[in-house]
Amino acid sequence: MVMTISEKVLARASGRERVEAGEYVVGKIDLAMIHDLTGPLTLNVLKEVGYDKPWDPDRVAIILDHQVPANSTVTAALQKQLRDYARKYGLKNYHDLGRQGVCHQILAESYVKPGMLVVGADSHTCSLGALGAFATGIGSTEMAAVFLTGELWFRVPESIKFDLKGRLGKGVSAKDVILNIIGRVGVDGALYCAAEFTGEGVERLSVDGRLTVCNMAIEMGGKTGIINPDRRTLEYTGVKSAPLRSDPDANYLKVVEVDLDEIEPQVAMPHSVDNVKPVSDAGGVRADQVFIGSCTNGRLEDLKAAAGILEGKKVNPNTRLIVIPASQKIYLEAERRGYIKTFVEAGGVVCNPNCGPCLGGHMGILADDETCVSTSNRNFMGRMGSTSSKVYLVSPETAAATAIEGRLADPRKYMGG
Amino acid sequence: MDVNGRGKVWLFGDDIDTDVILPGKYLVLTDPNEMAKHALEGLVEGFSKKIAKGDIIVAGKNFGCGSSREHAPLALKYAGVGAVVARSFSRIFFRNAINIGLPAVISEDARDVLREGEVISIDLKGGYIQRRNGEKLPVGGYPQFLLEILNDGGLLQNLKKRVKKEKRK
Repeated sequence: MVMTISEKVLARASGRERVEAGEYVVGKIDLAMIHDLTGPLTLNVLKEVGYDKPWDPDRVAIILDHQVPANSTVTAALQKQLRDYARKYGLKNYHDLGRQGVCHQILAESYVKPGMLVVGADSHTCSLGALGAFATGIGSTEMAAVFLTGELWFRVPESIKFDLKGRLGKGVSAKDVILNIIGRVGVDGALYCAAEFTGEGVERLSVDGRLTVCNMAIEMGGKTGIINPDRRTLEYTGVKSAPLRSDPDANYLKVVEVDLDEIEPQVAMPHSVDNVKPVSDAGGVRADQVFIGSCTNGRLEDLKAAAGILEGKKVNPNTRLIVIPASQKIYLEAERRGYIKTFVEAGGVVCNPNCGPCLGGHMGILADDETCVSTSNRNFMGRMGSTSSKVYLVSPETAAATAIEGRLADPRKYMGG
Repeated sequence: MDVNGRGKVWLFGDDIDTDVILPGKYLVLTDPNEMAKHALEGLVEGFSKKIAKGDIIVAGKNFGCGSSREHAPLALKYAGVGAVVARSFSRIFFRNAINIGLPAVISEDARDVLREGEVISIDLKGGYIQRRNGEKLPVGGYPQFLLEILNDGGLLQNLKKRVKKEKRK
């Protein structure tokens, strides 16, 4: 019986020969993650249950990333609560200041392997499907149940196949691909489904780019984004083999073909992620702030692309540029390669790895009527601050070009050769 | 807890996202009563003061899209919302709502048929919404284990019950 990779992972985790879309299964969790905003609610639930020891301390990861270092006595208290818990049970997968980064990036760098069943108390946990895991976001109370039992119920999702063909042009990257897809299928275009990305276009994407694509599966309602592991996945995760892959004739709800040659730099206009158009058609929207970072685009490849454009240039005096590497590891490597220097010399600000202004909690909150051109993943009303502010979602290339011009700009003109 | 609700209808559109239900700046709150004060404030000013206990949100497709924040259904529940009826839900919101004991009810027709402010009752076991004129609209059913969680008042109460049972063994 043929299965998709999602079905195979859920079958393995629930001890079954085979499962199919629509069935309910109880899966054993390989890795469970909480962070500084959703984690305290989980611990409060455990406290109320009266038993708070995790089922397997080695399968729990706690990562401080949303508002670090703490920016108020309230966030300081939430972080202390997690710190105390991690110490109480000697959790080795605990990432406080100095080991921190955006949680999904830390999970990718350190913990997730192909074939794992991963849950995180954060909706962008779906990013990790880029490594051939089945990874999905859950709420805080459910996470308490996972901490207690090591299990969770799942409805096996239908899969939608996104078949990526052709090659990306210069100045176009993984973010443009996923924005283009969401613009086509809509914010509920993959509701409850696993969004499986396949084809030669995916094979050519780096792991950084794959993480960007899978990261935004949730923005079309997906339960996860997922990519069959290949040579690049094995290299990145350091495992020798990854046997769980979709069978060639597995069942898909539908197949969406994506021609990479046709994709131009894209922008998601306020206030919906599917309000997508080519940057060239969007008009020169004013950018009070430009943000390069987040779990979507704070990786080395993203910083490299942005630095390549900003090298020797200046940020427009009417614009503030904020760059936030997604992890300490990326920060250090970007420093070694000179990207950090490029950003600072251009007139940008580089902050310590964390979620930054993405969700309006920290480091770059918008005032009334301000605009931000951002490489993050959501442009909902009020997402980055004031309810009258506006967020435009773009690639790191477009963000860098925009920082130079102070208005939404097509990066292709900055591409040499 | 009685999972069958009765209350006044508040109509909302499609794709109501979690940042509108409860903006990110309030995620540092851990007291649900405090979260409730800001529920849906970007769309309906003073929503939490305007609604009566048990009122029912009736929305279009993809309600609760976006973040995994459980703060969103908590804010609605503690503001007094008795149930959310929608054409479809984002999956994390759907699970979170049930887990905190807020019925999330799927109805294909409710958003088109029901009027702002009319009083309806929901019979989850029977699988329908009843209007005052006697008209019934079918709603999607729950698997038994989800109905149990709702009946217990949420996953926390359900877990407590299960932990107690384990201890008795």
